[in-house]
Amino acid sequence: MASFILNGQDMAADVDPAKPILWVVREELGLNGTKFGCGIAQCGACTVHLDGQPVRSCSTPIAEAEGRAITTIEGIAGEEGELTKVQQAWISEQVPQCGYCQSGQIMSATALLRDNPQPTDEDIDVAMSGNICRCGTYTRIRRAIKVAAGIEQPGTEEE
Amino acid sequence: MNYLSPKKKRSGLAKWSRRGFIGAGVLAGGGLLIGIGVRSGNPVDTLAAKVAPGENEQLVNSWVKIDSENIVTAIVPHCEMGQGAHSVLAQMLADELDAAWDQVRVMQAPADGSYVVTDTARMFLAPFTLSAADWIEPTWDGLFTQMARFADAMITGGSSSIRSTGQHQMRVAGAAARQMLKGAAADAWDVPASEIVTRDSTLIHEASGKSAPYSEFASAAAEQPMDQTPKLKSSSEYRLMGKSKARTDIPAKVNGTAEFGIDAVPEGLDLSYAAVVRPPVQDTKVESMDATRAMQMPGVLQILNMGNFVAVVADSYWQAQQAVNVIEIGWSASKSPIKTMDDQFAAFAAALDEAGETGGKEAAAKGDAPGALANATTTIDAEYKAPYLAHAPMEPLNCTALVKDGKCDIWTSTQVPLMARTAVADTVGLTKDDITIHHPYLGGAFGRRLGAEYVSMAARIAKATGYPVKMIWSREEDTQKALYRCADLCRFRAGLDDAGKLVAYDSVFTQRHDPAEASVPAMYGIPNTAVRVAETELHLPFQAWRSVDHSQQGWFIESFIDEAAHAAGKDPLEYRLDMLEDAPRHRAVLEKVAEISEWRKPTGEGIAKGVAIVESFGTIVAEVIEIDMSSGKPRMTNCWAVCDAGYVMNPDGFRNQIEGGIVFGLTAAMYGELELVDGAIKQSNFHDYKMLRMNETPNIEVALINSGDVPIGGAGEPGLPPAAPALTNAIFAATGRRLRELPIAKQFV
Repeated sequence: MASFILNGQDMAADVDPAKPILWVVREELGLNGTKFGCGIAQCGACTVHLDGQPVRSCSTPIAEAEGRAITTIEGIAGEEGELTKVQQAWISEQVPQCGYCQSGQIMSATALLRDNPQPTDEDIDVAMSGNICRCGTYTRIRRAIKVAAGIEQPGTEEE
Repeated sequence: MNYLSPKKKRSGLAKWSRRGFIGAGVLAGGGLLIGIGVRSGNPVDTLAAKVAPGENEQLVNSWVKIDSENIVTAIVPHCEMGQGAHSVLAQMLADELDAAWDQVRVMQAPADGSYVVTDTARMFLAPFTLSAADWIEPTWDGLFTQMARFADAMITGGSSSIRSTGQHQMRVAGAAARQMLKGAAADAWDVPASEIVTRDSTLIHEASGKSAPYSEFASAAAEQPMDQTPKLKSSSEYRLMGKSKARTDIPAKVNGTAEFGIDAVPEGLDLSYAAVVRPPVQDTKVESMDATRAMQMPGVLQILNMGNFVAVVADSYWQAQQAVNVIEIGWSASKSPIKTMDDQFAAFAAALDEAGETGGKEAAAKGDAPGALANATTTIDAEYKAPYLAHAPMEPLNCTALVKDGKCDIWTSTQVPLMARTAVADTVGLTKDDITIHHPYLGGAFGRRLGAEYVSMAARIAKATGYPVKMIWSREEDTQKALYRCADLCRFRAGLDDAGKLVAYDSVFTQRHDPAEASVPAMYGIPNTAVRVAETELHLPFQAWRSVDHSQQGWFIESFIDEAAHAAGKDPLEYRLDMLEDAPRHRAVLEKVAEISEWRKPTGEGIAKGVAIVESFGTIVAEVIEIDMSSGKPRMTNCWAVCDAGYVMNPDGFRNQIEGGIVFGLTAAMYGELELVDGAIKQSNFHDYKMLRMNETPNIEVALINSGDVPIGGAGEPGLPPAAPALTNAIFAATGRRLRELPIAKQFV
């Protein structure tokens, strides 16, 4: 029996302790926002927070979460679903294309800005280069991180 | 003298609309439903025979409905795979309808459904032939003819959603609905329809002070006569078109609620999961299998030998994948003589040798290329090599299927829901009417999900089990056992006159898929041109890959043009401008990219720029890439792109697509390569089939030119083709090294 906190709620799951967090949250707990991309911690689509630190959930067994807090994309917004600054910036900069990698991108960016509220371009490179976006939205992700940090102004809809 | 292809003709909306058939109906609950399409008996019989043989049916391909709450719903026949088509198509419809944008919704047209008469959106093809827009003339022969053979043409591809469905269907549907609403209000208010104005989903008669929401007249509107050629807005009247309206699909993509195929959790079904292993070389089959160990692993329910693949069904995908990894499978011997990439390139070279200087199939011809080559002052030649590439969408291929009681339900990410349905019908022995395809958002596709073999596999598994199964391919299966961008070899010869002007051009290569015009440098006014193809069989199965033939031909052609410029001792951008005398739009694009990239100003130490220009899918794109070679390896610092699509419906969305096309193209140029070991693909996952990442991506600036008065161009693919040649041309500018094969990174170790 694995016991952990998921998005602020105490959880107990009767699963193989070796089963990766990714498949526990998707298959057992019904949270599908965390995505499977590669299975070998190369693409970052499965990024969740474990005690606040970004981890690749496809390669992290649920046993490692014993007694710890897992946060997924579903768990970062406010209680009424109000979006975080990072999520708002993802909308104002119209970042996603297919959107499949963006849960992981947002989880990596959220951890970056919590630890480093005014990141440089190099800081962004270091924090975000583990997350692949096949649609190629990197320049928008960079801008959205700066908008969320208040370094740049959000884009506008009309032109 | 003209090229055989591409043809240049003009046409417009009116030609299509005259032949179009518009139908209206009343929604349950009192609303208006409008569809546009064609039917047998119209002057499109020849086409109907091609795509809907023997069926006397009304074929409908786009819809708008207005409900009693005054919500306008655009029902879109294209899938949403990140290109933003759902949102922009709704924008176009809503503009013609004068709908309030915040009361517009988007609905994915189902692949089957009660309000759709039959194989609804197979008529996605109709607008192409009906309007015969000039951009489609060459393309029709290739990509879409090939697709039409399936007669299930509910397709998202070819950078076509906005320029075809948007221009010819969504706008017409919106304009027709607006006219009918006005007619209904005019009757009720007893005033001339011409005095009624529409604004924000409201009908207004100013003289009498009357106004009403659309919903009030939605039912009555359905009884109104329908103008077959409703007047469409001119660009000066647009309120939503041409504006960067925020995409409607994005909010769900920032909080984890967007549903992709892999997320399917059909209500009331207790899913099991399948992992699969396919043959390392695709013409082989399972000869022997030892699954003893796998069968004993936790959660494993069944192990299926399906002949050309093996599936493990388990309680969890993770368990299934672990079990599949330990099955020992003996595969039959491959009949393919190709074991390595050297073998593949040798086969290409043999075909090119046989074609020689004038042989092969003619793809385009103009003037007398052999004669002009013989008389040229200077001749240059070069051979370029392009590798096989995988699509590698972030969402691995997957499909959930249930086959039960003579019915089949499929949940999957697909670009071709009706083709998938046909494939399933053939596979499980049911009629199409017994099959329902549920197709949510796609986690990327780039052409990969134009193939539906994975859907058939899931259907076979589900038929064998009798219970619902979600099949997921591992990334390794997706990389090694899928469908691919072709490899190719291309040989060029060119002749320059005394002044360095390109007077003769000859190219010969082995792969010609689509679009047909991709290999023809038509925009340059080269007087003598021969483009030839020496067709050669591929070892790996082909699938259209973002920009298709333009992906390799754009690099071949624009690299070689660069070589010609340097042979002539000219600046490569000025050399191109000189050749574009009769192509004012191309010239303007190139001039603009020179301006924003400061091409004509000197660069710093170790910094160099390269340029390329390609017209594809109706859009002209020039790109300049700046690199920093000071470390001895190319580091991309900036990319400037200028695009002329005629008119851009959503500038920010268009720029996002171009940015993505550039990154996709640069990824392939830097890293993209599949190697063969004993006929099987060596690369397996993102550690050895590398993607460009945040720290390697240059700043990208995209500028748009709305030159207008031409059929509009696409967005999804045209950003890609100039990226690779702009980069390799920059490397030449910096180092004097002409890269004639890809990828780049391994050449700078």
